[in-house]
Amino acid sequence: MIHTHTYDAIVVGGGGAGLMAALYLTRGTGVRAAVLTKLYPTRSHTGAAQGGISAALANLEEDHPEWHAFDTVKGSDYLGDQDAIEIMCNDAPEVIRELEHMGLPFSRTEDGRIAQRRFGGHTHHYGEGPVRRSCYAADRTGHMILQTLYQQCIKNGITFFDEFHVIDVVMSEGRCAGVVAYEIRTGEIHVFHAKAVLFSTGGFGRIWSVTSNALAFTGDGPAILYRRGVPMEDMEFYQFHPTGIAKLGILITEGVRGEGGVLRNDNGERFMERYAPTMKDLASRDVVSRSIYLEVREGRGIGGGDYVHLDATHLGREVVETKLPDIADFCRTYLGIDPAVEPIPVQPTAHYAMGGIPTDSDGRVVIDDWKTIVPGLYAAGECACVSVHGANRLGTNSLLDLVVFGRRAGRDMARFCKEADLPPLPRDAVDSAREQIDRLLNGKGDESVATIRDEMQRVMMEHVGVFREERGLKIAVDKVRELRERYTRVRVQDRGRIFNTELTEAWELGAMLDLAEIIAVCALNRTESRGAHSREDYPERNDEEWLKHTLAYRTDDGGIDIKYKPVIITKFEPKERVY
Amino acid sequence: MKATFRIQRFDPEKDKKPYYREYEVELEPNDRVLDGLNKIKWYQDGSLTYRRSCAHGICGSDAMRINGANGLACKVLMKDVGQKVTLEPLLGLPVIKDLIVDMEPFFAQYRSVLPFLVNDEEVPEGKERVQSIEERERYDDTTKCILCAACTTSCPSFWGDPDYVGPAAIVNAHRFIFDSRDRAAAERLAILNDRHGVWRCHTIYNCTIACPRDIQITQAIGEVKQAILYNQST
Repeated sequence: MIHTHTYDAIVVGGGGAGLMAALYLTRGTGVRAAVLTKLYPTRSHTGAAQGGISAALANLEEDHPEWHAFDTVKGSDYLGDQDAIEIMCNDAPEVIRELEHMGLPFSRTEDGRIAQRRFGGHTHHYGEGPVRRSCYAADRTGHMILQTLYQQCIKNGITFFDEFHVIDVVMSEGRCAGVVAYEIRTGEIHVFHAKAVLFSTGGFGRIWSVTSNALAFTGDGPAILYRRGVPMEDMEFYQFHPTGIAKLGILITEGVRGEGGVLRNDNGERFMERYAPTMKDLASRDVVSRSIYLEVREGRGIGGGDYVHLDATHLGREVVETKLPDIADFCRTYLGIDPAVEPIPVQPTAHYAMGGIPTDSDGRVVIDDWKTIVPGLYAAGECACVSVHGANRLGTNSLLDLVVFGRRAGRDMARFCKEADLPPLPRDAVDSAREQIDRLLNGKGDESVATIRDEMQRVMMEHVGVFREERGLKIAVDKVRELRERYTRVRVQDRGRIFNTELTEAWELGAMLDLAEIIAVCALNRTESRGAHSREDYPERNDEEWLKHTLAYRTDDGGIDIKYKPVIITKFEPKERVY
Repeated sequence: MKATFRIQRFDPEKDKKPYYREYEVELEPNDRVLDGLNKIKWYQDGSLTYRRSCAHGICGSDAMRINGANGLACKVLMKDVGQKVTLEPLLGLPVIKDLIVDMEPFFAQYRSVLPFLVNDEEVPEGKERVQSIEERERYDDTTKCILCAACTTSCPSFWGDPDYVGPAAIVNAHRFIFDSRDRAAAERLAILNDRHGVWRCHTIYNCTIACPRDIQITQAIGEVKQAILYNQST
């Protein structure tokens, strides 16, 4: 049986971007909207963000949105679109104050204002030295944002469909007409017929074997739209956070270094002084991750191993317990160490997608070089590519991206819903979704989800990680293609309807495989080094040929067609990037 | 280490009542109980069902009974539970399948205590509301709640009275009652002064022991009781 629901607008994903959009979509607008999430909203990965959210509030020292914009452009290695970056940095102070007014429990300064601290790549006077710009709530900033936005959604009576897994988008006459969801609790298919849909489904770090990302971060939204003809932008740019707990990948916030923590190699040397003389341990993440890899490669990992130490022992117990309490808790729980006494073993961990669904600064999905918008189709948050992060995102700018562009998308969707009528629902709206489910449930194959996933994660970690080169990328492309072929023969053991999470995991693997192929193909295609995309065979940035965004389209026979679109430059001409 | 997982199974499409099934799995002492569950699901029995997401104690998905005590499967390590692990669903909420319970009654109780900031005064133009470090510290502990339900489902009072609002809801009420920016303390205290409110708490401390975020829950409930008795919310 198929259930049909009709709303003005649907939000897919209950994290920071989705909840912010839902509030702006519905408060005082008369728009009927619902949020669909495959989890419960408070389980969303926004809650795992730790260190902070940047805005040039200047609560502790001089700061300006333009400095923030410059840092973001430089951090992006000049691939970010500067019009969108200016919007984000200009909106930032207002949106932070709005979160405070909603009740967000920011840490405070001596005079009771929002506290701010240093973070990687954030500087005063266009790169002269670190600035205190990151607004924080201890090391639980994402948790507080997620809780506060969810609380406001309850206050405003927002409708939620929890544990509804969206697996397809409905297109009708060139417009978006809704989504198709699999209700996890019943195994039934639901059609949500709507004028507008926002995808805010988060990232896809689970494509790699070592990641800070939740198990739910499987790239559902981008994969669904890609299969329906929407290109993926800049997928070769994926951020490895320098400080994941060794082996586990669990994030240790850059806030540790913002508070004064330093990285040390096996000789006890503070090696970042050699790689980034001005910003040192607070250089941008791509730079720090590469430095760690190089130290390890030259045999200066701890005990000759593949990790280094993050040393916070000189900060004192007071700072560790009050400003970094969750980090202290993670270290005690997972490592059995006290970070106020012992250094933390860390290595780069797959963390954040700079690329994704191409949008303009109002969250509208743009499917070519800035000309064509799909009416009613929106994206925001990590799954979207505005692009404010370009080739490398600065710490704290992801939470900012969520709330700024979630808000702008919600506003624009409300406007759109008032003007637009409901597009007709195509007769075959659920066919593809039904077929995908049936194939996984009733497949006769002999391939296992876990084995294919393991192989994908390993090859992506080995060859599409911090450093890349042609030979390895070709191996990765071939391997992922082989895995995609084997995936057509996957079978699940559980044929039940109720909470069949083996089935949903199998579906998620399909999404990850589609994206993994795009990532590897785009990384092979871009023959330069820029930001997080570091080619050992092409070590220099090449603005003449490559100062452009990649757009990867799905061809009719399932292949990938690569096109480009220009980068928007307003104030800051590309120059050499040194920290 | 070779570990034996004894897991309560129940598939509503097949089983009349729950039963236990044992699995042998190879793990490291530093592995999480969740790693064991994943290994079983991925390599032995795909039908084993549980919730999980962040895998490091932040999202609150995987609360369950681990050797009889509530905890997050991603925050309890094998070295701390030994080679024999019994896993059962949380008590006091209807079991849907295996280790998955119906969370809706839990969230309904959470929603009943006005878990959001109430303040209709005009906000300062272009500024945040001022809150001193001490005022912020006053409610810090209860902001840590991740709504995993480990506390509420460990509470004998809740087992006996499913309408008891429960520790988690009180924690979230506390978070606002003692926030200097909030103006609805009196309304929340009235809600919690109900016969299914804070007075169902008999200071058994199960909630405090169960909390994976180390929130001093019994103390927070005590502070709410005091506020009701003495009309204090600062």
